[in-house]
Amino acid sequence: MVDAKLPKFDTLSLHAGQQPDPATGARAVPIYQTTSYVFPDTDYAASLFNLERAGHIYTRISNPTTAVFEERIAALEGGVGAVATASGQAALHLAVATLMDAGAHIVSSASIYGGSHNLFTHTLPRFGVTTTYVDPRDPGAFEAAIRPETRVIFGETLGNPGLEVMDLPRVAEIAHAAGIPVLIDNTFASPALFRPFDHGADLVLHSATKFLGGHGVAIGGVLVDGGTFDWADSGKFPTLTEPYAGYHGINFSEEFGPGAFVMRARAEGLRDFGASMSPANAFYLIQGVETLPVRMARHVENAREIVAFLDGHGAVSWVGWPELDSHPDRELARRLLPKGCGAVFSFEIGGGREAGRVFIERLRLFSHLANVGDAKSLVIHPASTTHQQMDAAALKAAGIGEGLVRLSVGLEDPDDLIDDLDQALRAAARAAAPRAAE
Amino acid sequence: MEFTVDGLRTFAATGGRPFDPARPAILFVHGAANDHSVWHLPARYFAHHGFSVAAIDLPGHGLSSGEPPTAIGEMAGWLGRARDALGLERAVLAGHSMGSLIVLCAAAEDPAATGKLVLLGPAAAMPVHDELLDAARRNDRKAIDLITYWGLSASSQIGGHRSPGLWMNGGGQRLLERADDGVLAAGLAACAGFSDGEERARAVEAETLLILGERDTMTPMKGGIALASAIPDARHVVLSGCGHSMLAERPNETLDAMRDFLLPAGL
Repeated sequence: MVDAKLPKFDTLSLHAGQQPDPATGARAVPIYQTTSYVFPDTDYAASLFNLERAGHIYTRISNPTTAVFEERIAALEGGVGAVATASGQAALHLAVATLMDAGAHIVSSASIYGGSHNLFTHTLPRFGVTTTYVDPRDPGAFEAAIRPETRVIFGETLGNPGLEVMDLPRVAEIAHAAGIPVLIDNTFASPALFRPFDHGADLVLHSATKFLGGHGVAIGGVLVDGGTFDWADSGKFPTLTEPYAGYHGINFSEEFGPGAFVMRARAEGLRDFGASMSPANAFYLIQGVETLPVRMARHVENAREIVAFLDGHGAVSWVGWPELDSHPDRELARRLLPKGCGAVFSFEIGGGREAGRVFIERLRLFSHLANVGDAKSLVIHPASTTHQQMDAAALKAAGIGEGLVRLSVGLEDPDDLIDDLDQALRAAARAAAPRAAE
Repeated sequence: MEFTVDGLRTFAATGGRPFDPARPAILFVHGAANDHSVWHLPARYFAHHGFSVAAIDLPGHGLSSGEPPTAIGEMAGWLGRARDALGLERAVLAGHSMGSLIVLCAAAEDPAATGKLVLLGPAAAMPVHDELLDAARRNDRKAIDLITYWGLSASSQIGGHRSPGLWMNGGGQRLLERADDGVLAAGLAACAGFSDGEERARAVEAETLLILGERDTMTPMKGGIALASAIPDARHVVLSGCGHSMLAERPNETLDAMRDFLLPAGL
């Protein structure tokens, strides 16, 4: 009996994409802090520019440090390749710009990051790309919203901020039947908990700033190509299947096969839009990825303890956590996310906006800021911050109430976190009912 | 480009330039259940350096229609007819893995039609592990995993792709997954059934280059060197630390070896 003993996830987290530095033997990934690379001769240079040989030209397009990060995330997600970007938003824009032209249409989950909502709702229409939002819990709604000009279905593994679990296998079936790919923002789960390509997704993006980095010191994004979608068979993606004058008539699908999307995203997207990741940030993010599986297991463990505490607390109206029996997606979560539903979740404090304000301001260990996925525990009030551009109807559609608070549970001792939450909840309860307390 | 061989639609990538039979030509032939895309760098390079390039999809592979042939000799005969269909009297032949057996046989059968010969990861015989062949016949995922495991050196399984951001394991697996059921089994059976490489090698008249991976476990380097010794006018290059998938593992070194062989005047 023979087995394919390919390196497993935890090993890939530490090693994928890197060989000891050929020049120095350095074990850690060196920071190649350089803008450009010397060409040994003119033919070598010309062939690099014309995609005839492999290598680096200019750090806006690729860099050896950044390439390790890209390859590592591609390995962890199980894709064919990845492009690192300046931020998660840059990764989303790069995906859209690589897939479609003016006149195209996106079908998106309504429960997405506020920044993604802004891009789809307020910015892309200026460039002729429109979006229809649908309930992420309703695969039929995705199907009904697809138009002839639809070019991608977009959603988040765990909706923001309600943690709606998208039935990705079913939605992918619907998308593929219509000849369009599925793009998943996997930021909240990370590949340590969920790999969208294993469930039918074709493209994956991350805000690497969050769990991939885990330290809160570097902004970055990454777009991963699963290599599964047949662009030529679909016939809807001329950017990938027709000659591109920007590279002497190159046909990405014909020449690069499963790697067509990621090659075009880099060759055009980074070259022309330029939202590339700095090598220093790639280095920081690599340090985080090395411990991703260990951290995610602890994040989930801590989150489960915090959820159990909040779920039984008298000052809390409800807790939105897909592992709870009260969550409408609990069965789907058990099936798709058996390793856990991450460490970002929301709950509602009784007493509305004022109680929410007091709660957040009284917290000591939880930091009030606009980020998630840090090793340190974080808290935010979405209605007044991340989702403030959404009107009341959009907020309601996304399941965001005035007293809703989002936590990102970090790696501290859970007892300390519970103590912090408990004292802040008591203060919030006093603020909500001052006379009763007296 | 599309053309017709034996009445069937056949696809070949031309490296980004129109195929002109009046120019010196190279025919690239892929391995089992692969397709033209494995040649994308050398195809583009030689197409922009004076050659007409056809990176061919064998019948039933990639974008070519038909059933996948089950014998190397059958594929070599088909390659000769493909060369005729392209309007070529003579061409450089280059093949990887199973493709190297095909071009070896084609060169032996028709010396006059063969310019130079380039063999990547070749062997006089390519026995296939029973479990791999059985898994391929069952269209079992295990076949793809085993090929990934044996097809890359241990070092390459960790990565370090020369093309920034690409993940070798994933790229190779997706390519094999694209093949229809039965295609991989047909190719592996053809390799397993081939045993007269030395005899064919002795009949080769073309100047030949063999590109061998030092850590190739599918077609070990020693077998490649032995094959080289049977070809009257052959030289070989060993790629240090490289496994069987040199086009992915060592794309630039592979290209440079081919360039030095095919463009002897240098650039």
